[in-house]
This record gives sequence, structure tokens and C-alpha cells, in this order.
Amino acid sequence: MSGVQRIAVLGAGHVGPVIARLALDAGFEVAIAASGSPESLELITQVVMPGVQARWAADAVAAADVVVLAIPLHRFPALDPGLLEGKLVVDAMNYWAPADGAAPMFQGQELSSSEIVQRRLPQSTVIKSLNQIAYQDLEDGRRPAGSPDRHAIGVAGDDPAAAKLIGEIVDRVGYDPVLLGSLRAGRVLQPGGPVFGALLTRSQFEQAIHATVGQA
Amino acid sequence: MTFPLVLGLDTFGDHEHDSLDRPLSHAQTIRNVVEEGVLAEQVGVDFFGIGEHHTDDFPMPAADVVLASIAARTKRIHVGSAVTVLSSDDPVRVFQRFSTLNAISNGRAEVILGRGSSIDSFPLFGYDLADYEDLFEEKVNLFAELQKGGPVTWQGNLRPSLNNQDVVPHTEAGPFPAWIGVGGSPQSVVRAARYGFSLMLAIIGGSPARFRPFSQLFLLALEKFGREPQPIGVHSPGHVAATDEKALEEFWPRWLHIITKMSKVRGFAIPTKESFMFEVGPRGALFIGSPETVAQKIAANLKTLGANRFDLKFGMPGLSPDSVMSNIELYGTKVIPRVRELLATKA
Repeated sequence: MSGVQRIAVLGAGHVGPVIARLALDAGFEVAIAASGSPESLELITQVVMPGVQARWAADAVAAADVVVLAIPLHRFPALDPGLLEGKLVVDAMNYWAPADGAAPMFQGQELSSSEIVQRRLPQSTVIKSLNQIAYQDLEDGRRPAGSPDRHAIGVAGDDPAAAKLIGEIVDRVGYDPVLLGSLRAGRVLQPGGPVFGALLTRSQFEQAIHATVGQA
Repeated sequence: MTFPLVLGLDTFGDHEHDSLDRPLSHAQTIRNVVEEGVLAEQVGVDFFGIGEHHTDDFPMPAADVVLASIAARTKRIHVGSAVTVLSSDDPVRVFQRFSTLNAISNGRAEVILGRGSSIDSFPLFGYDLADYEDLFEEKVNLFAELQKGGPVTWQGNLRPSLNNQDVVPHTEAGPFPAWIGVGGSPQSVVRAARYGFSLMLAIIGGSPARFRPFSQLFLLALEKFGREPQPIGVHSPGHVAATDEKALEEFWPRWLHIITKMSKVRGFAIPTKESFMFEVGPRGALFIGSPETVAQKIAANLKTLGANRFDLKFGMPGLSPDSVMSNIELYGTKVIPRVRELLATKA
């Protein structure tokens, strides 16, 4: 078992509450924070994710072993990097200009969006994951370990130990982790990439990625 | 608190094709939508909604004009937007247009405010999608003030202030129904409750049952804000034909075409027949099949979600007028009575 016990989810929009429920179901202790006070989130957590604790962002992060970023990406530049110092951070955000608008920090970059997030958070370890399956499919898409139709979720990071740890979380919540060797390789998980928005088994996932790399 | 069961239809002005699969003109598609609204009343549909869109596949930017023509030819059916993209519109003008529609229709107008899945109005009117949330929050705030009637004094950041301004036309019998269309964000549910608007759950993918906590959240939030109970509706896409096979056969190629096109623009995976059939099944968001199949699914989901209204988004770009009119007729004459029967006996 991994040493991860407490997960903090930042963002209580479409994606954050779903990830919080997934983590809670998998047996983690989960806190959630949005831009406002815990009080303003209390009713939402009670009804939509009972068992999850509403916190101020700083308190949720301070107590967490892993922090999941599930805020709209265009809000990310306003997030204080100091808040996440020393933390293992899962970047579940997507740069999705056709749906969400352009964000100057991410516009026209050679780098993958998670590499830009990592550069902005130099004191944190960033892993890209939980971003590629649509939030409305994340709960129904779960399968127990060993199911032949279990779906895959990509895990991309530059730090192999950290990526392995996040892979274990992905496994516990109900997906086969597919480890990609670097944040740069995580580009295949982005909008426009071969696996974005799809529920695929591990072999379908790997085939889709190889087909793309083959073309490139 | 019980609200009457309301069964409606929504269209986005889906661009129709003729029997040889050639696109009709935008103008003909719009004239057909007027006929669709008139037929909807004739076959007993409660509500006819038109969602604002700005593309060749959905040439329907001025839904209120079309709704007014339907209102002029009908007596009973409610007419409204589904949705009005408030963020890229002006709340005063939206209020004025729907208050005018309410006058023309003798109090049958409704407005559903939201984003829809349409994003095309943003570049068209010079708005930045990144500002979506701020725009919506502020404009809903002003719209709620306008709904109160009487002179409006209001101040915001994104639109000029109003100082004791009389906004006409006044309504005859209080505010017309206003809904907030909500996708998957619980914060949007709470916002709808804060203003005392009704809640329209837009369920266009994944399991409808996952929205059940949203109904509970809405009711609790209304209570918390000291608001009266408000109706809860569900909007989902679908297609009704004589048999399941016929409905699927007509709908699937049109769905594949339009979703593939969206996939390319927005960069998500193209749907497969398998993922489509999952959405058609009991755990998915598409209401496609014979009248019995669709009625069973509507009744089951209304019960699960504690909702009193269902609006079927009918049509799909490329479908023929015949297929669309047949869908409306079957929905009114077969699906609606069957849903009423199922919910009455299971109550």
C-alpha cells in the first residue's frame, strides 16, 4: 500500500467533486477547497460528496499527501505557487481553448500544459493524470482490478517514484494506470491527443498512443 | 410541494435535409421550425423550446423571433428558449424580448438561461470564453433584478449601470418563468437556488442518475436562501420513431456526423457505435427508440431525479422534415400519455 492517505482537491466545479467522490470511495481521506470559504461549500459537500471535508485551500493543502488541481486552467495563473510548495500535485486540468477560451500562459506553447504548470510550480512535483476521461464518465467508467474491460488512465511525470505513487491511486480508484515516462510524453493525454475524452482498455489505450507516435 | 408534470420539446434549429439528403436553406429550416411548434401544440406537447445557436448546422440565432411566430399561431403551448446564452447577450434586451414574447403569447413565455454547448456566440459578439463565469454571474444578477419589475437600480463591472430605470414592456401578471440550465457543476445549482430560479438539468452524456444529488442540493439550497420551492426539469437529446430499429437507424449516422465534427474542433475522441449504444441504454443520456422505449426511460429518470419536467431535444442536423414531424407526432400522441400513465400508476 502507498503512503498516501490524505488527498486535497482544489476546485469544486464540474470535475473536482467527481474526483473527490472517487478518492473517497477508494478509502482516502478527502478535503476539497474552492476559491471561497469552506462555509460556502458546505452544503455542496454534504449533499454531493458526503464524507468529503470542505476546507480553506491552504488548510486542505497543508494536511494533504497529494493535491489534485481541478480548477479551470485559465484560473491557474492566479494561484499562488507558494501554496503548493513541497507537494505532490496531480494536474487534472486541460488547456482546451476551443471550449474554454485562450489562456496567454498556455497559448502557442511547444510545451505540454503540464510542463508549463510544473515550471510555474518549481517547488512542487507535478504529475499529469485524471484529465483525459470526461468527468461525466469517470464514475461509471470504474472497474475492479483484473476486469477484462477495465479502462485506462494515463499518468505522466518526470519523477518516476511520484508517478508510480499516483499510478497506485489511479489503480485504487478503479482504473489501470498507464505510466508515461515524462510530462512531455503526457502530451498524448491532452485535448486533440489520441486518448482524450475516450474510455479505453489498457491495450486500446496503448495502441492509440503507439499509432500516434508512429505517425509523428 | 408538487409541481404539475410538464413534457416538452426542444430544438436547436437543426439544419434539415430533404429526402435526397440535400441541405435545405436556412430559411426553409426556420419556417419548418415554426410548423414544428404548431404541430407540437396540436399533438398535446406542453412546452416548445428553441436553443440559440450560431452555426450552419444550427442556424438559429434569433430564437425569440421564431418563438413569437409560433406563439401567434398557438393558444396553449408554452414557448421559451433552451437556452438563451446570457453571457454573450445583454440582460436588458433578453428581458425585453421575452417580456414581449410573454405579451404576444398571453403569458406563455419562459426563458432558460445558460451556456448550452454552443460557444460560437463568444467570438461572434466579441466576448472571451475565459470570462464566461464572470459574465454569467453578473448578467444573471441583473436579470434577476429586471424580473422583479419596477424601476431598476443596478451596478456591475461588465455592463453600464442602471439608475432607477423603467424597463418595458411590463408584464401583466408578475415575472415569467426563468430557469437556469445546469450541466455538471454543483455551484451552478446553488446559484439557481440563490436567485429563486427553476432548475433545468441538461443531461447530454453519461448516466442521468448521477444528477440525483443535484435535485436534493437544489431543494436544500432554496430552503437555505429562504426561497419558495421551484420546479426541476431535465433536458436530454433523443429521437422517437415507430420502432427502436427505425429510430436508431435514422439518428445514429446524423449523430456520428455531428459529434465527429465537434470532436475535430474540440479535440476529443470520436464516438463509436459501442459508446453510442451505451448512451441509448438505461445508464446513458440519449432517449432514442419507439414511443414505449422512450416513455419508459423518461418516466424512470423523472422518478430517479425527483423532476417534474422533461424536455426532449429532438432533431439532428441532416434529418428530414418528415422524420422530425413524425418524431413530434409520436412524442405528443404516444410518449406523453404513456409517461403520464407510468408516473400516475407508480406514484
